[in-house]
Amino acid sequence: MIKSNPVRALLEETADLFLFFLRFFQEIKRGKMEWAEWINQCFYIGNRTLLLVITTGFIMGLVITIQSHPSMAAFGAESWLPSVVSVSLVREIVPVITALICAGKIGSGIGAEIGSMKVTEQIDAMEVSGTNPYNYLVVTRVLAAMFMVPLLVVFGDAIALYGAFLGVNMKQSVTFSLYTHQIFMKLTYSDVIPSILKSFFFGFAIGIIGCFKGFATRNGTQGVGAAANSAVVMATFVVFIIDLVAAQLSDIFSIT
Amino acid sequence: MSRSEENQQDVVIQVTELCKSFGDLHVLRDFTMDLRAGENVVVLGRSGSGKSVLIKCIIGLLKADSGSIRVLEKEVLELDQHTLDALRVEVGFLFQSNALYDSMTVRENLEFPLRRHMAGISAENRDERVRQALEDVGLGHTVDMMPEELSGGMKKRIALARALILQPKIILYDEPTTGLDPITAREINELILQVQDRYHTASIIISHDMHCVRQTANRVIVLHEGRAHAVGTSAELSISSDPVVNSFFSEV
Ligand SMILES: Nc1ncnc2c1ncn2[C@@H]1O[C@H](COP(=O)(O)OP(=O)(O)OP(=O)(O)O)[C@@H](O)[C@H]1O
Ligand SMILES: [Mg+2]
Repeated sequence: MIKSNPVRALLEETADLFLFFLRFFQEIKRGKMEWAEWINQCFYIGNRTLLLVITTGFIMGLVITIQSHPSMAAFGAESWLPSVVSVSLVREIVPVITALICAGKIGSGIGAEIGSMKVTEQIDAMEVSGTNPYNYLVVTRVLAAMFMVPLLVVFGDAIALYGAFLGVNMKQSVTFSLYTHQIFMKLTYSDVIPSILKSFFFGFAIGIIGCFKGFATRNGTQGVGAAANSAVVMATFVVFIIDLVAAQLSDIFSIT
Repeated sequence: MSRSEENQQDVVIQVTELCKSFGDLHVLRDFTMDLRAGENVVVLGRSGSGKSVLIKCIIGLLKADSGSIRVLEKEVLELDQHTLDALRVEVGFLFQSNALYDSMTVRENLEFPLRRHMAGISAENRDERVRQALEDVGLGHTVDMMPEELSGGMKKRIALARALILQPKIILYDEPTTGLDPITAREINELILQVQDRYHTASIIISHDMHCVRQTANRVIVLHEGRAHAVGTSAELSISSDPVVNSFFSEV
């Protein structure tokens, strides 16, 4: 049958996602924002991911520093360690790790939540109660993710840099003020801003893919698990695509 | 006023030659029915015959392909979002799966339609309505519970309270007794009758439970192959010789 053709299915899904995506901007333009629900969602995202972001950020900072130490030492460039490590942490590692954590926790959470609301007719019930479910559920969640992911990234940056400080201090002795001085000699806004900009898009992708998969849920409660699962897979994949595009773009505009 | 004119006025829902298909699946084909003020009409049909699709078309959750649906003198298929929302205030909907918001308490569930449809309503008035609706279904003590803490029958009642809270003129019940034990089912049926009595609402009740039909129906419509196959009181239909009608009525 034509329906089971995987290429066709993929194209159809992409088209559906694109329409879903367009609708987001239409609703934004209509401009009836559900602030209370937005704040709820921001809180929910922070609450679910903060601890993970802190631990992974700290570990990443520490580990990258420890592992970079030998090769830096081989070139006799140990004093460069803080600045080199901080750039790779801030530009790449922390945003991507944070986005992956959010794809796992938030993407699946949104997918499962909206999926179960869909199969138990809660979304229909909202519509009957004079509420536009797209506006109430999707717009708030996507905007919350767009707000919270960059915030978590900044937070993760700080934690990771502290982890790196401890890592540097394992092999040599550096005061905190010298360490920060070394970091900010190398680290500039042209490192920080692209990384934050990138995390906006990570947040957007995670939110909208979670919602899309949730809304597309079929086959009753069984479909809810599948929705959550495929939301994570797709969001993870898209995070890497965005990362690749962002790296290329910042290279073209030579923000180095 | 002639009798036919009087009847015309009393009709609160008039569905004419309604068609709805999903791809190649023709669920409703030229389905016609009416509902008069204060009346309970039970729509009988087998699982998958399109009963839920029918009432979802009536409330505008699904868009019918063709035909006409007039609810309280308004043509549902032609309404814009704003007037459709205004019409939905007058029509309560009890979902087959209850559709209680499971992230909200019972109170928040009941307040949701109030906050949405009647934004200007005062806090006291809102509390009073919540209290009244819960009292109507006999579950005043559950107001601060979460839906997951309630039994199936209690959820159904809370869902009914939520459908009642806007004091609608029409209520659409999607299988109100399916999945409940016979005693609870009877209680729900009694509630439906009480609501009809107290608020003079007109209802379409979707069912395939013959007890529900006998207890609540003023009129029965058998939905078969997308059409209104037979219409009549449950007494009339139970002596019908039509095999489709008989298959429902001979079960018990
Ligand atoms: N949104 C939809 N998309 C595609 N097909 C649908 C949709 N909704 C319903 N259908 C199909 O329409 C048919 C009628 O469904 P409906 O839910 O109205 O049945 P029902 O009479 O309410 O049955 P039940 O007693 O089991 O609730 C089914 O075959 C169903 O698969
Ligand atoms: Mg149904």
